[in-house]
Amino acid sequence: MSPQQIQFLGMIATLLIWVVFMLQVTPIMVWVERRGAALMQDRPGPNRVGPLGLFQSLADAVKFMFKETVVPAGADRPLYALAPLLALIPALSTYTVIPLGPTIEVGGQRLPLTVVPADTGVLLLLALTSLGVYSLIAAGYSSNNKYSLFGSLRASAQMISYELALTLAVVGALLPAGSLRLDAVVAYQQSHHLWNIVPQIIGFVVFLVASFAETNRAPFDLPEAESELVAGYLTEYGGMKFALFFMGEYMAMTALSALGATLYLGGWTVPFVDLFAVGAKIASALGGVPLLGAVAGPVWTGLIAALVLFAKVFLFLLFFVWVRWTFPRYRFDQLLRLGWKVLLPLSILNVLIVAVLILKGVL
Amino acid sequence: MVPASWYMLLAAVLFVIGTIGALTRRNGISIFLSIELMLNAVNLLLVAYSRQLGDPTGQVIVFFVLAVAAAEAAVGLALFIAIFRHGHTIDVNRMNLMRW
Amino acid sequence: MELAVFILFALGALVSSLVVVTHRNPVYATMSLVLTLVCVAALFLMLGAPFIATLQVLIYTGAIVVLFLFVIMLLNIQREEHAAPSSGIQRWAAIFSALVFAGLLLGLFWRAHGGDPAQPALTEEQVSLTTLARLLFTEYMLPFQAIGLLLLAGVVAATSLARRPDGRLTSPDQELAHAPGDAPRAEEAP
Repeated sequence: MSPQQIQFLGMIATLLIWVVFMLQVTPIMVWVERRGAALMQDRPGPNRVGPLGLFQSLADAVKFMFKETVVPAGADRPLYALAPLLALIPALSTYTVIPLGPTIEVGGQRLPLTVVPADTGVLLLLALTSLGVYSLIAAGYSSNNKYSLFGSLRASAQMISYELALTLAVVGALLPAGSLRLDAVVAYQQSHHLWNIVPQIIGFVVFLVASFAETNRAPFDLPEAESELVAGYLTEYGGMKFALFFMGEYMAMTALSALGATLYLGGWTVPFVDLFAVGAKIASALGGVPLLGAVAGPVWTGLIAALVLFAKVFLFLLFFVWVRWTFPRYRFDQLLRLGWKVLLPLSILNVLIVAVLILKGVL
Repeated sequence: MVPASWYMLLAAVLFVIGTIGALTRRNGISIFLSIELMLNAVNLLLVAYSRQLGDPTGQVIVFFVLAVAAAEAAVGLALFIAIFRHGHTIDVNRMNLMRW
Repeated sequence: MELAVFILFALGALVSSLVVVTHRNPVYATMSLVLTLVCVAALFLMLGAPFIATLQVLIYTGAIVVLFLFVIMLLNIQREEHAAPSSGIQRWAAIFSALVFAGLLLGLFWRAHGGDPAQPALTEEQVSLTTLARLLFTEYMLPFQAIGLLLLAGVVAATSLARRPDGRLTSPDQELAHAPGDAPRAEEAP
């Protein structure tokens, strides 16, 4: 195979792994969410559909597909239909700059294991995340419903307020690595044997809180809460369109969790473990097996690295669920005050601390 | 290969479309949108020239133009909100208090 | 191949910019502006400016146009009516002057390139982030700091202009509660 073909194949394989992960995360998280909520509220949760209620997501999916979609009278039809699709655009494109593993050598070619190994790296991710506001605005405006409009205005104000704190927290994590590329950040954490969460705990907390707010998750879910504003900007959406919004929200959570895992928890690396050696050992152990034995060592390395990253993402997602069912909701003015008057100064403080540490030669 | 002059031509056409929009619309927000279109056309022109002359200064200038456009949009829209509170209209033909 | 991609994004930018300046509904015009900005960002990418392309999406579509949409929804800006006959002359004057301007621009280009169809092909280069950053922090340090001051001034100005006359700052839904008119959009009567 020609070098370009191998590179292309590597990119397609990485893309496929990400897409499959992203599409599977919603059903898994629906189950985790409902069982986790039940656990924290001392009740059983879904346990009828399949063992331990594991097929609940499947039942939900079937229900969504067969529900009748009711379009409100006087709604702006093109925008109304476009809004759920707009919710998917950032969700399905932000993972492309996150490295799934180290640069592996396959067939004499070095594969970066990132779908888009661009120089602008994390800036691209932030740009795509900021596009997510449009689905909120389009949904609220087109529904011809004052509760939807209020909800969408609040949700978009919340999103753009916390984008700043998120960006500055990310900047703090990028400073020691000195590059916008996420694989450079991971390489820095690996070479210094120090995950960024340790010196930048303030930045990590800011990042966490900002990602709760960015994805409209509790305790910042005022715009879509059931007891306020009916359901906010989602009021007039039912059936498949609502399912698309739902999926978009979970995928945005996953993308931000993957970013957090890469920036603060070392991404695909395991501390003090050389993944290349592990991959080579697996390849030699499976040498005799007919189909699996043909897979080269570096490919096993890539797969294990991906699994490590997904495990960290899952940890983040569990934390998201935990926080949702623990804290009460923020009121809207409290929410904005937190974003502008607390998180933004904290993130600037974090950048200052990191800069001083770099100057002193500690980082 | 696409020559740089094609990009410049496209930038010129976008600029003219923006000018026509800014001169013919009555809605203040639409005028503002056309102005943003003109700024974008200028950015495209700058980047095209920067590429043709091989000088990254053009992109640095685009960076500044982006920041200026952001500041201008913020202040302009705040002005619109203040005007709307006063006269409950955005129609620029009705903002004629200072006409002779 | 590059030609096909250029034609795609150039046509996209042209068509959506025409929609921006002609469509009656301000929300649709703003969404078309988003499409125009994304097409222009793709053209930046083709011209070897990935950083500027990313900044365009991040700043322009991610923040500025969102601000536009906020104000449109807050002030409940309706569809624009058709122009009154008295401004017909104004319209013709505007189009005429724009065409004169177009002629001037095209004339300038023709002179600059001498109408020579054999343009030198653009090389495969991309301006790296390091080069831009180095320029920004050495040669263009003064404009960089000045831009910071300008943005600060913009923030202060926008906040003070958007205050209510009694001095309070309102949040978006409080603003809507005091605006005239009842339904957010009054299209045809249901």
